[in-house]
Amino acid sequence: MEYILEAKKVNKYFRNPVLFHVLKDISFGIRPGEFTSIMGKSGCGKSTLLYILSTMDTDYEGELLLNNTKVTGRPRAELAYIRNQQIGFVFQFHYLLPEFSVLDNVMLPARKLGTKSYKQIKMDAMEKLDLLGIKDQAHKKASMISGGQKQRVSIARALINNPKIIMGDEPTGNLDSKNAENVFNIFKDLSVEKNLSLLIVTHDMDFAKKTDRIIEMADGEILHSNALAGVRSEE
Amino acid sequence: MYKFKVIFDITRTHLSSRIKQTGTATLGVTFGIGTYIIMMSFMTGLNGMLDDLILNRTPHIHLYNEIKPSEKQPVDLHQKIQQSLNVVHSVKPKKSQLRIHNALPLISHLKDDPRVKGISPQIVAKVFYLAGSNELNGVINGIHPLEEVRLFNFDNYIIEGRPEDLIKTRNGILIGAGIADKMSLSTGDRIQVSTTTGGIFPLKIVGIFQSGLGDIDNIQSYVNLKTAQQLLGEGNSYITDINIKLWDMENAFEMSEAIGRQFNLTAIDAKTANAQFETGTSIRNLISYSVSITLLIVAGFGIYNILNMLIYEKMNDIAILKATGFSGFDVKMIFISQAVIIGLVGGILGLLIGYVVSVLISQAPFETEALPTITTYPVNFDPNFYITGIIFAMVSTFLAGYLPARKAQKIDPVEIIRGQ
Repeated sequence: MEYILEAKKVNKYFRNPVLFHVLKDISFGIRPGEFTSIMGKSGCGKSTLLYILSTMDTDYEGELLLNNTKVTGRPRAELAYIRNQQIGFVFQFHYLLPEFSVLDNVMLPARKLGTKSYKQIKMDAMEKLDLLGIKDQAHKKASMISGGQKQRVSIARALINNPKIIMGDEPTGNLDSKNAENVFNIFKDLSVEKNLSLLIVTHDMDFAKKTDRIIEMADGEILHSNALAGVRSEE
Repeated sequence: MYKFKVIFDITRTHLSSRIKQTGTATLGVTFGIGTYIIMMSFMTGLNGMLDDLILNRTPHIHLYNEIKPSEKQPVDLHQKIQQSLNVVHSVKPKKSQLRIHNALPLISHLKDDPRVKGISPQIVAKVFYLAGSNELNGVINGIHPLEEVRLFNFDNYIIEGRPEDLIKTRNGILIGAGIADKMSLSTGDRIQVSTTTGGIFPLKIVGIFQSGLGDIDNIQSYVNLKTAQQLLGEGNSYITDINIKLWDMENAFEMSEAIGRQFNLTAIDAKTANAQFETGTSIRNLISYSVSITLLIVAGFGIYNILNMLIYEKMNDIAILKATGFSGFDVKMIFISQAVIIGLVGGILGLLIGYVVSVLISQAPFETEALPTITTYPVNFDPNFYITGIIFAMVSTFLAGYLPARKAQKIDPVEIIRGQ
């Protein structure tokens, strides 16, 4: 089976204040439609790994393949284009542009990509907001909506360019249990219905247990990366 | 094609969402450019007027015969005593004629020179103006009135009558305002003039001029060249002074040297005669340039400061833009375009304000004895100032925006996102 995202022997060092080996020989792959969570204690390197996988951090050793194409060593502008086109992000803090409307926030990555007309992008954005049940908030300013709504807006933004994979860094970490449940269900639906790959960093055990596969990390190494039996059969 | 539209939308939202800061930065540029325009227009207007006052009415080269002692005494020419030290006491100038020898052929020779714009021959005659039993010391200049108007803006100083009247009226005279005042004469009256040779001539006053320099207005009068020749009882080749106006004043020194040597005349160029005016003009220009450039630099620092603050405020936005696929270049463009928009809007407003204030100044009343034809402040509406102004606004705001924008370009999104 082909991987949508594959890491080969990724090593990462922090040089400040002293040399520190954060990630040690990390190798794994994510298949299309797989809902994966990365777990581990704080400081084990899971977020660092996510930022390398997201192409934002380029200071590492080893290889990173996206859609079987090597992305390691590409110029930054090209990586920005790859992120724009193929990767969607959801962060712990919602990171919307506060002065723009909800709709504008969702539309921005698509307008940057520039493959569709403004009208088409607007329709797409409304469709994504509808999918996440916040269509009625579309014309409010991003700073005027609640935390749970913001997180749903950022998921809609992550989806706007129909990426191959969505990455999340503690996307439910800042939400109450009801909203966290909500977000999980949205991710689950995306994974099942749209065959989207998801890679979510979390330390919420309840959240992780419900995913297809848990990658457990400790001290910069992968302990287990097994698929949980019985959650979902391989297609 | 690069997607400017989305970059521009982000820029616009950033600018309009903090309208106070944007306004302050824009006003800084507006004041800088506005002051630059006002200062330059007003200063160069004044400079132009002062140049008119002195430089434009003085000839670039003035040729005449000066009465002075011969530099070489006959004893110096004697070969047998050349080696010895010869001292001649009490050297006196020799009696020579004031007229320029062969003036008419000389004038037509000079007129053929391509560097010469025009030539105005003059006759200077010392006279007494007679008023009852009083005699008033004076000088009469015989001129070509129309050439004087063309070359030296003669008409600017005439407060009554017209220069053409000197030609139309036989024995017409244009007297200085000081003379008219002292002898209570006005246009249409007659004045009697006695020359150094003794003859007395009645002349008809066709106008009054005022140069602004009291010494001139109190003694000088103008008559037609022919009239002056008749006053002195001389023929029509009698000319005592030749005034030359060149196309380019820079040639004056060189030409005056050459002419003086070639024709054995005293030749004075305008720069030597009016050296202090050049200095004054260049110092005034220097002052106005340095003041306006200082203002623009201050405005530039204001923009730099505001954009720097904006970038610190917008760290999160920059990180999220980069995470969702905007490149460092895009982010840089967002901030540079903010600076350039501030520069453009501020600059255009500055030009408008500068223009409006200049118009107001140019309509404010300004009475001066020196230039009777000028009634309002002189303002120079040279479009070059407006072009320079807007270019300076754009360049300085671009530079002020470029440094913070480059900082934004280099921001590492991971650091910002992890730092939370």
